[in-house]
Amino acid sequence: MGARILAATRKGLFDIRRGKAGWRVARASFLGDILSQVLHDRRDGTLYAAQSLGHFGVKLQRSEDDGKSWREVAAPAFPKVEGKKKGPNVEYIFALETGGRDEPGVLWCGTVSGGLFRSPDRGESWALNEALWKLPARKQWGGGGFNNDLPGIDTILVDPRDPRRIVLGISTGGVWQTEDGGGKWRNTSKGLYAEYMPPERREDPNMQDVHRIARCAAAPDTLWLQHHNGVFRSTDGARSWEEVKTVKPSKFGFAVAAHPADPATAWFVPGVKDECRIPVGGRMVVARTRDGARSFKVLSKGLPQRHAYDLVLRHGLDVDATGRILAMGSSTGHLWVSENGGDSWVLVAGNLPPIASVRFA
Amino acid sequence: MPRVAFTGNLKRHVAAPETRADGANVGAVLENVFLANPRLRGYVLDDQGRIRRHVNVWVNGNRATLESAVAADDEIYVFQALSGG
Repeated sequence: MGARILAATRKGLFDIRRGKAGWRVARASFLGDILSQVLHDRRDGTLYAAQSLGHFGVKLQRSEDDGKSWREVAAPAFPKVEGKKKGPNVEYIFALETGGRDEPGVLWCGTVSGGLFRSPDRGESWALNEALWKLPARKQWGGGGFNNDLPGIDTILVDPRDPRRIVLGISTGGVWQTEDGGGKWRNTSKGLYAEYMPPERREDPNMQDVHRIARCAAAPDTLWLQHHNGVFRSTDGARSWEEVKTVKPSKFGFAVAAHPADPATAWFVPGVKDECRIPVGGRMVVARTRDGARSFKVLSKGLPQRHAYDLVLRHGLDVDATGRILAMGSSTGHLWVSENGGDSWVLVAGNLPPIASVRFA
Repeated sequence: MPRVAFTGNLKRHVAAPETRADGANVGAVLENVFLANPRLRGYVLDDQGRIRRHVNVWVNGNRATLESAVAADDEIYVFQALSGG
């Protein structure tokens, strides 16, 4: 496991393999194009890559030969709204996930504009989830850090026990979940609060800026959430959240990874704060808890400790199925790997384009 | 029939050969082009059928919209804006 990393970047898709001599970039695809997401479908081996072409819009590419060749399939798109000049448009693919193990070909896609889409057929066609889109509460969602005007669905977590149960993270729009495959949705942001809002709206569930949520695969009721103004944990299946005040050296960040087997272990990549999105003191570190957030260890071995200004974006941190190997890609184009749960890191590539997403395949 | 040409930068992503198509305005001409080349539509128009924000359409050297009228000997040129890169 964990011998291959796919990195979606501002200027291409990079396929990074572990060989006898260590990690190396084995293939670059779509050079010059903006890639926002990459997905390896473990059910059938298919790869998907989401492009956000600067001029020509959002596209979805599919590879059935492990990345050697790609074919454009349908990209999610909003239905045309007749008679309205301001109908919605998919601006960016912000989350791309497979459906359940027993749902071959089913994909879910979260977008900037706030639409959730489902494909029943490996990206040949997409349908907007109308139930979520038509919720009156959606009109309260706001722009997040990625896009000042439009909300984005940055996290889609399909419950490994039941694929009809899905948790969404929305920036900004809080945590939403369905138990019937998307027919009904409810906001489950209890416990989250927004420092950036006026006092009377701090706990408004639709004002919560959820940067990213990660779930423990073996204990799916434990989820870790990096919020705009702090770290939170749920132990009741994302129904409610408790602030984690022990994270250090700071509580701001975007990325989070959850150990696949141990619900007490999670990793975060802190930055100073929302108005200063750099590592504290110019020292690149990862914060790890192994005791269910009672304490955190700051991990820095192998990471630059002087004049490092890397930011790790929402999808820039991943852990493999063993929980031992981590990949971390930064907005400054550094890709690091740890093979010991974060205790130490090696720089795999230092001159990649800004990295949006890393994923083990 | 009006002549329609596309920026060469599209060729990296999708076939967009110069062509001729019928239509009384830019939108109608483009619709006829897309009938024969459906994948091209999403590169030029957004989800709502508007010209993409960073795509420009010109007719005979003048900036145009989908509603701009075209005559049989007009030349429509679809290219990328300087913005959006």
